[in-house]
Amino acid sequence: MGDERVEAMEIDGQQRQEVAAAVPDGFNADYLRIYYGKLFPYGDFFKWLAYGNDAKHPGCDQSYIGRRELSFTLENDIYLRFQSFDSAAELETSIKEKCPFKIDIGPVYSVDPAKRHAYAQSGNNVFVPVERELIFDIDISDYDDVRYCCSGADTCLDCWPLMTIVIKILDTSLRGDFGFNHILWVYSGRRGVHCWVCDSRARKLSNEQRSAIADYFRVYKGGENSLKKVSLTGPVLHPFLARSYTDVLKCFFEDKLLHSQQLFASEERCQKILELIPDENVASELHDKWQGNRRSSISKEDVNAARWEQLKTTLQSGKHKTQGLRRCVEEIVFSYTYPRLDMEVCQST
Amino acid sequence: MPTYRVAPQLEVRLEEFELFAIDRLRVLKGISDGLSRGKRPEEMEKLVSELWKAHMRHQDPAETLNKDIISHFVLRLVYCRTEELRKWFLSMENTLFRYRFRLESPESQRLLMSEFQLPYKALPHSEFEAVKDKLSQVARSIGQSASVESVFFKVPFEEVPDLVASRRVFLSKGYAYVAMSQVVSLVVTQFRCNISKALVLTNRKWTATIKEQEKDRLTPIVEALSNAYFGPDYSQPNDATEISPKDIDQLARTSFPLCMRHMLEKLRENHHLKHGGRMQFGLFLKGAGLKLEDALTFWRSEFSQKVGSERFDKEYAYSIRHNYGKEGKRTDYTSYSCQKIISATPGVGDHHGCPYRHFGEENLRAALNNMGVGGNALEGILDKVKNRHYQLACTMTFEATHGVSCDTGINHPNQYFSESQKVLQAKNQTVQSQLST
Repeated sequence: MGDERVEAMEIDGQQRQEVAAAVPDGFNADYLRIYYGKLFPYGDFFKWLAYGNDAKHPGCDQSYIGRRELSFTLENDIYLRFQSFDSAAELETSIKEKCPFKIDIGPVYSVDPAKRHAYAQSGNNVFVPVERELIFDIDISDYDDVRYCCSGADTCLDCWPLMTIVIKILDTSLRGDFGFNHILWVYSGRRGVHCWVCDSRARKLSNEQRSAIADYFRVYKGGENSLKKVSLTGPVLHPFLARSYTDVLKCFFEDKLLHSQQLFASEERCQKILELIPDENVASELHDKWQGNRRSSISKEDVNAARWEQLKTTLQSGKHKTQGLRRCVEEIVFSYTYPRLDMEVCQST
Repeated sequence: MPTYRVAPQLEVRLEEFELFAIDRLRVLKGISDGLSRGKRPEEMEKLVSELWKAHMRHQDPAETLNKDIISHFVLRLVYCRTEELRKWFLSMENTLFRYRFRLESPESQRLLMSEFQLPYKALPHSEFEAVKDKLSQVARSIGQSASVESVFFKVPFEEVPDLVASRRVFLSKGYAYVAMSQVVSLVVTQFRCNISKALVLTNRKWTATIKEQEKDRLTPIVEALSNAYFGPDYSQPNDATEISPKDIDQLARTSFPLCMRHMLEKLRENHHLKHGGRMQFGLFLKGAGLKLEDALTFWRSEFSQKVGSERFDKEYAYSIRHNYGKEGKRTDYTSYSCQKIISATPGVGDHHGCPYRHFGEENLRAALNNMGVGGNALEGILDKVKNRHYQLACTMTFEATHGVSCDTGINHPNQYFSESQKVLQAKNQTVQSQLST
């Protein structure tokens, strides 16, 4: 009887190994084919992009969905632009056949992209984009200078909350300030999130108006050689920034980020924050204070909160009357937490 | 108040043609002086009102309107003919329009706004009360005082992208709450745009047909008018040790080294200079003879156009006084030598430093061309630049533009300036003595 049991176990073991060999890790084209075959939501996808024009009542524009461009990136980096479809079934057939590794949603044009050459003959610029969703692209690698846990395309539970913050701030503003209602937030697939504002009003925005919205959201001016990339001038903050700070950023910074990123836990990290203080005297004062404290036995947990309190007290004490210090605490919080948008907001073309 | 969209179908007597234009020019010239003296908006409003009353008003309002329209269109002929003239005219007419608009009644302003396709409705009181705090907060966030404005308009945000981009408006549910002063900006921007296009068209018509057709009648008057009035009087001699704000543009043309010319140009263009530029250029002007009060006037006249006079007084006036030794440790700072300027490291948005070092070849070429340097002289200068002899390059520029040799070489911008002034004064004296013989 003992032998039987051993035999049975051996057979099980073999089966498990076989299954393991048939299911490799990571992406492969076979998985994709299965996904397109069984899971891709053609109907919903099509219905979304039709924006109601796929119904039968007289107000519908039958040509609308056929004027939407889709682009496919195929297996060997072959890029197919100006794909368009008149029905979900057509879309489904094409995707299953081509098995694109990437699908991009382009604008809605004035005429069916497939027929664009015919219209080009007439001379006038009749093939132009007429509608495009308002899109924001947020990349967590843009935060590499303020996160210590990961860099590049990596992300973890300590730094991903930065993306949550982006969503909270932008979503609130897109709805409350700009009056948009139909907003889709998606994981970008690698290292960030995409925001698709789909209101009709949003789809009709000009490039200038899109830039204006992006500029409204812009606080962080990275890419220059200056150390200080957030500058909050003026005696008070604009209501949008003030609300972002009080409702979201302040508590996120103090309750979560200070600890998850251990922002004051080393000489180097402290220095980084001190560099954001425009007054050298204040910065050195704090630096010296912390040199001293290193020797006492504070657990790692305390040091971040304690030093942050000290910094706030020093900056807000009113003892130092220099102009630049007025908003310094907020500037530090904004530097570490405020959304960093990719300024190349998707344009119409 | 007219918007000058369409040329008038009026009959004008030839004397009136010239007289009306001269009176309007007195107004525009007065505005130009006021701006260069750095007058604040309230002062400008008063000035415009006075100038208009003094030169343009007639007992009969229909006559006033007549004169207004005719004089404007005559001056278009006068000032359409070169880029420089167009720029000046556009700027002055724009300012005139802005302040006249402010002086109009709310009813009249609303009419004008709809003429410019800005048919906004003023916010009813109840709605205003509901958002008053937020509006005040926005005003303070852009450096204005909390509760100056009481008239606001609710406008779809799409219509005011500039105000949205710079967060100068409160937004709620897709609407921007635009203050009256901001609406004025929108109106004035439209006005400026219209006149600008019109000037270009007028120039074409002038060159193509009018100038020739009118060569015995209007053309001589038009040409005389532009020569008689454009800019300050160049023939007045300058006191070598003192300069005033009104001289700066002309002095820049004749006697400033390239680094200072460039900063002046950028200051005029952007109504702002960053710290490095303010130090380098500010101290240079001090060394050239600009007194403290005049310096404050000069910088205010530019900066107030960007940040407002209040912010200028709060944030920038201090460091100007500091440079003159009137604040802090009261050191009377000296202006920078070439060595110091060359070693500066301007960053993005900076315009200080030495252009011979920091400009790319294309830009340097263009800048030197603007100074009237070309041909072999230009190539020689660029050669020196390639070999990093920046001061020699500047010296050669001096020599090319003044027609004299400079054996000592340039090692200080103020030296460039005073040497230049010496050369020019010597030339004037030579001319005068030749004329008198």
